[in-house]
Amino acid sequence: MTVSIIGFGGSNCDRDAERALSHLGIDAEIVWHEDGLPEDTTGVVLPGGFSYGDYLRAGAMAARSPIMAEVREAAADGVPVLGVCNGAQIGCESGLTKGAFTTNESARFQCERVHLRVEDADTPWTAAYEEGEVIEVPIAHGEGRYEVADERLDELEGEGRVLFRYCDEDGELTDEANPNGSKHSVAGVLGEDETVAVLMPHPERASLPDVGPTDGQGILRGFERAN
Amino acid sequence: MSAYTATVTVRLKRGVLDPEAETTQRSLERLGFELADLRSADRFEIDLNAESPEAAADRVDEMAERLLANPTIHDYDVTVDER
Repeated sequence: MTVSIIGFGGSNCDRDAERALSHLGIDAEIVWHEDGLPEDTTGVVLPGGFSYGDYLRAGAMAARSPIMAEVREAAADGVPVLGVCNGAQIGCESGLTKGAFTTNESARFQCERVHLRVEDADTPWTAAYEEGEVIEVPIAHGEGRYEVADERLDELEGEGRVLFRYCDEDGELTDEANPNGSKHSVAGVLGEDETVAVLMPHPERASLPDVGPTDGQGILRGFERAN
Repeated sequence: MSAYTATVTVRLKRGVLDPEAETTQRSLERLGFELADLRSADRFEIDLNAESPEAAADRVDEMAERLLANPTIHDYDVTVDER
């Protein structure tokens, strides 16, 4: 079992993801996008960073690179795909998930620890948690405000496809605890299948005990459960 | 074949928050200008050859659909002029 972490020009969380997954005993390797997706890949991480300098829109260029057609095919075959930060923007731009991550309400880049409330614990990415549990994971983005048409959001909420919402430390959804102005405080969503997920916060930056809290480990363990 | 310049204007849908435009508006107001509202948009000018203005518009429309605009948050329009 080897998870492919796809490196684009400008990705910068690929090595963090590799280290975090390895720490959890999940075999992972960084795959350069031009080399294509290995045939035996058992998972895909779209890592954070600033692929193609965020030209046009964050994630827009990477989403249309040839390897993403392979990623969409793999996802349709049930291979788990996790998009983090820039990877979440790429996931939405490529149609793997609904909605768009766009300019923060503050119009600033924000790098801080946030609280997330687990909305649905019945997915590979959240099964390590209880529904309603509050976890602490960092964000680092300028374009993380989740936007989606109201009727699409109704569908996502109705079908249990909202994974996490930004909240305060008690799990309350408030404007102050919503760091980027995301609609309904949404921080991460599922794709058509529960094996595809994107989120703006960085679980790989909350997985190594040496550098702080490890609340993000359960999300990465989704690769074990989804296979 | 004739030579055309197509202009694609991509703007946020009405109702979608535009923090950059709000910041720009505040900055103009700080400079002493009075304004009721400010909206920003991206404009792309594409030179291409096509059989007709309609054919040029069709091709550029597809470019907007597939890359230049994100239909989740954007509206766009296309105009075509002879070059």
